[in-house]
Amino acid sequence: MADTIAAISTAPGEAGIGIVRVSGPGSMDIMKKIMEKRPPEIEPRHMYLAGVVKDSDNPLSETIDQALFAYMQAPASYTGEDMLEIQAHGSAVSLKKILEAVLDTGIGNIRMAEPGEFTKLAFLNGKMDLSQAEAVIDIIQAKSDLSLEIAEAQHEGRLSATVKEIRETLLDILAEMAVGIDYPDEDYEFDDEGANSELVNKLRWVLSDVEDLLDTADIGRIAREGVKLVIVGKPNAGKSSLMNAILGEGRVIVTDVPGTTRDTVEESASLGGVPIVLVDTAGIRETGDKVEKIGVERTTQAIASADMVLLVLDGSRELDEEDNMVLGYIEHMSQERMLVLINKEDLGSSISEETVREKLPNVRIIKTSLIGRGAADAARKISEEIGEIFELGSIKASEMNIITNERHVQMLKNAVMNLDEAISMLQNGEPLEVAELSAHYAYDSLGKIIGEEVGDEILNTVFSRFCLGK
Amino acid sequence: MIDKKAFEIVVIGAGHAGCEAGLAAARLGMKTAVFCTNLESVAMMPCNPSIGGTGKGHLVREVDALGGEMGINIDKTFIQSKMLNTSKGPAVHSLRAQADKHRYHDEMLKTLKNQENLDLIEAEIIDVLTDDEGAVCGVVTAEGTEIGCKALIICTGTFLAGRIFIGEEVKESGPDGLSPATTLAERLRAKGFPMRRFKTGTPARMTAESLNYEAMKEQTGDERIVPFSFLNEDKEYEMDQISCWLSYTNEDTHRIIMDNIEKSAMYSGNIVGVGPRYCPSIEDKVSRFRDRKRHQLFVEPEGLDTNLMYIQGMSSSLPRDVQKDFYSTIPGLENAEIVKPAYAIEYDCIDPLSLKPSLENKEVPGLFCAGQFNGSSGYEEAASQGLIAGINAVCKLKGKSPLVLRRDQAYIGVLIDDLVTKGTNEPYRIMTSRAEYRLLLRQDNADRRLTEIGREYGLVTDERYERYCKKKDKVDAEVKRLRNKRVDISTFRAFLERCGELQAETASNQTFAEMLARPGVSYDALAEIDDERPELGLNEKIEVEVILKYDGYIKKQINEVEKLQNLENKRLNEGLDYNSISGLRLEARQKLSEIRPRTVGQASRISGVSPADINVLLVYLEKMRREEKE
Repeated sequence: MADTIAAISTAPGEAGIGIVRVSGPGSMDIMKKIMEKRPPEIEPRHMYLAGVVKDSDNPLSETIDQALFAYMQAPASYTGEDMLEIQAHGSAVSLKKILEAVLDTGIGNIRMAEPGEFTKLAFLNGKMDLSQAEAVIDIIQAKSDLSLEIAEAQHEGRLSATVKEIRETLLDILAEMAVGIDYPDEDYEFDDEGANSELVNKLRWVLSDVEDLLDTADIGRIAREGVKLVIVGKPNAGKSSLMNAILGEGRVIVTDVPGTTRDTVEESASLGGVPIVLVDTAGIRETGDKVEKIGVERTTQAIASADMVLLVLDGSRELDEEDNMVLGYIEHMSQERMLVLINKEDLGSSISEETVREKLPNVRIIKTSLIGRGAADAARKISEEIGEIFELGSIKASEMNIITNERHVQMLKNAVMNLDEAISMLQNGEPLEVAELSAHYAYDSLGKIIGEEVGDEILNTVFSRFCLGK
Repeated sequence: MIDKKAFEIVVIGAGHAGCEAGLAAARLGMKTAVFCTNLESVAMMPCNPSIGGTGKGHLVREVDALGGEMGINIDKTFIQSKMLNTSKGPAVHSLRAQADKHRYHDEMLKTLKNQENLDLIEAEIIDVLTDDEGAVCGVVTAEGTEIGCKALIICTGTFLAGRIFIGEEVKESGPDGLSPATTLAERLRAKGFPMRRFKTGTPARMTAESLNYEAMKEQTGDERIVPFSFLNEDKEYEMDQISCWLSYTNEDTHRIIMDNIEKSAMYSGNIVGVGPRYCPSIEDKVSRFRDRKRHQLFVEPEGLDTNLMYIQGMSSSLPRDVQKDFYSTIPGLENAEIVKPAYAIEYDCIDPLSLKPSLENKEVPGLFCAGQFNGSSGYEEAASQGLIAGINAVCKLKGKSPLVLRRDQAYIGVLIDDLVTKGTNEPYRIMTSRAEYRLLLRQDNADRRLTEIGREYGLVTDERYERYCKKKDKVDAEVKRLRNKRVDISTFRAFLERCGELQAETASNQTFAEMLARPGVSYDALAEIDDERPELGLNEKIEVEVILKYDGYIKKQINEVEKLQNLENKRLNEGLDYNSISGLRLEARQKLSEIRPRTVGQASRISGVSPADINVLLVYLEKMRREEKE
């Protein structure tokens, strides 16, 4: 049976709507699985408004977003296969979660689409005309190049370095297994229970390494959680109204992130195509109050972990000590990752751009008022600035990056699943050569992250590490 | 002067590849000649006196299922039989038999001589003739006689420009002192074939009476003898099996070797050929793995009517006196009388990338190649290719499409696909780890995988086919019955407890098939709660058990295969100009132009061709298809 493939298929950002697209034989079943309160019969080419959930059979499954579902039956679809389209809000964070829900169903050999794959299918199934062939070819190669480039460049190549290390360890294990299977006569014992439990231990190490990789912030944290945008300023500078304005502009409120303290409030949104986690901090001021002290501490922590800081100043008053204190907290940060908003323009401008630049010479400054239409204006300007900052390459957070990240996450999950399987097979006394297959699949999955082909490396390791042969 | 009607198919060489090739061609009705420089070389075993082993045993089963001879011949002549890997799952159980090498040769010789349509001729072939179109049309013997043919199969083994090394001694020779084929090698190089030089080696032979068996560990055969050939499946073998003997090298052995290492032909720089890593000489083992205190070796009888013993694990190209010294440090070999010293042998072979998956040469129509000539190593690898080359030479003459086995169908498919798609930098040996669909390619189901195909190509006899159908029907019926028959939960629990399996956590009634899938439950054990059991032979039982026990894993692999099937079915035109496909990366263009794969599936296995390149190729093919239609 052919695979079912899925991807986020809309360009990032500007649009209020984003689409997750699924193509292949599993489309209908996936729709049923993730559509909340689905109707008994699903008609093709009908739009259904419903919540997206991980598992519609589980009443406790949390609603990810409201979305429009449409099912198209082969051959009357873009790719010519059965298809599912989920139109949701345009936030990359929300789209990612929907895509993840789709992939986690495990239905119909579901997997991430390869670069350009929908287009390829559309062409192969006669849905695009001949003149488009060259364009299709270009798309495939360009997207594929970009995907590998990003894996390599991501987080200073740490991802691919770590994956390579893990693969080396796994390679040694596979070589041992291969010797055990292909050289029963040799002077190496891989048959006895001791050897078996040693294999299990080694596989566990690999498993925990992969799980770490999946858990750590390093792999696509920004893609998973968004850019952490921390809003700072003295009390009453207008932080909360700014936050509300941004959330209004961003259109998407996904969920309150659990673990939020009463001192900082976190919300998710998408601005300028960049997924954002907004952190509204308590105002910073010198205080003897114990409770407020804690609030200040948390704020400084939030600043320390921020990908970006947005400083709000009350433009109707001159910079005071409290403002200077706030500036003191952030002045060590890169000004590329900073935005200053001079608020309350309507009440007179006591703070000039020059004044700010005395402290932060290269910072981006927006002057606005957060009252009435001004709030939406401000949010839009911020959105543009953020879009620009992240496009400029301070952080790559394009749609491609997110998709690539999601692919990596899927590959890592796949590796975890297969390693788990290999371990439990060995423990249950299943044959070595069956367990080896699962370990091998894990190795292949990891290889796909770094674009490595499966070659002769296992046999090479076998012969370099073991003395074998007649 | 060419007598064009002389033969339809000529085979050069009568080793394990040549015998299969010649028999297949003759049995398919072609007037066939098999040439060898010396009749002694027919099915000769110049190295280890055994057939089978991991992966190799699978090959023999596959050759047999397709209607080849190797399995039948070893079943006639084995002197010890052993199933390896029984502590692991059925997919990697591997049969190996010690052969009486002289009887193995005699029996095969008889088979060739009795084969209708087949002439076995003792003559050296020194040249290949091609017609105006560059297709094969004949061969020339050393006496200058030209013999016409329509297809030629080269299976020259280690004879082609063979050169033997014992320490400083170097001489032009085929294996075991037989004369080499030197002129043919020169002519092939002169014609521009991409030839290369490989090397292999063999240990010393000693007299049986000079060894001390008390000092070695006896290795006996299995109590229950399992034959190779499907035709012998139900046969009961009552025989006294011979034993092999296990001993080990020690630090004295290693010291002598290291003290003399520069006298080894391998180290003196005389040998230019590339040897296999999986078959290292003892000096290689000792110098590369210095932390190993000992290396094992097996002493194996070469037959019932010979007193020669083969010392497996101890090949060498050290001088004779050094050999004598180090062999005598080994427990059991202290007073060994060496009859033939260990030697290394170098030979010419062709780069298999110049071959199609049918084993026909890409440049010279009608020229087929098989065995060690293609860069493989091993009797079983040779026989497999010989059989396929023989079948395909006939297909070529009959205008039929060639037999190309897929990687999910047979180890033979893996072997040939690896050779012609990836090439090889050392003598290639099959290993189960080379097969990605190992759970499907079991030795117990070789008949099921390949008998129908063998039948289609004409080598499966009526007798074999009828027996195969009967077995298949019985097995299928029993599998179906077990999938449907349920057992109630209390009986099931009680049964599991008797089996020592206490985790009967399931609450519902289970089918027998589900029960069988549990570790620790065997088909035989289930008999006590199964009142409708049919009479099944041992092999039928095994097959039923394996099918059900590994159902989940097998399905998973079948699923994998089906996903790739689409690519395997997409054919690529031989003349396709990859440089004109703009979207392909440079490396992919170069590799594809060089190897010229037959299908997109084969293309996808070429190193340097990425998944994106394959997608580009698919789009390109579709574009071409539509353009043609327009």
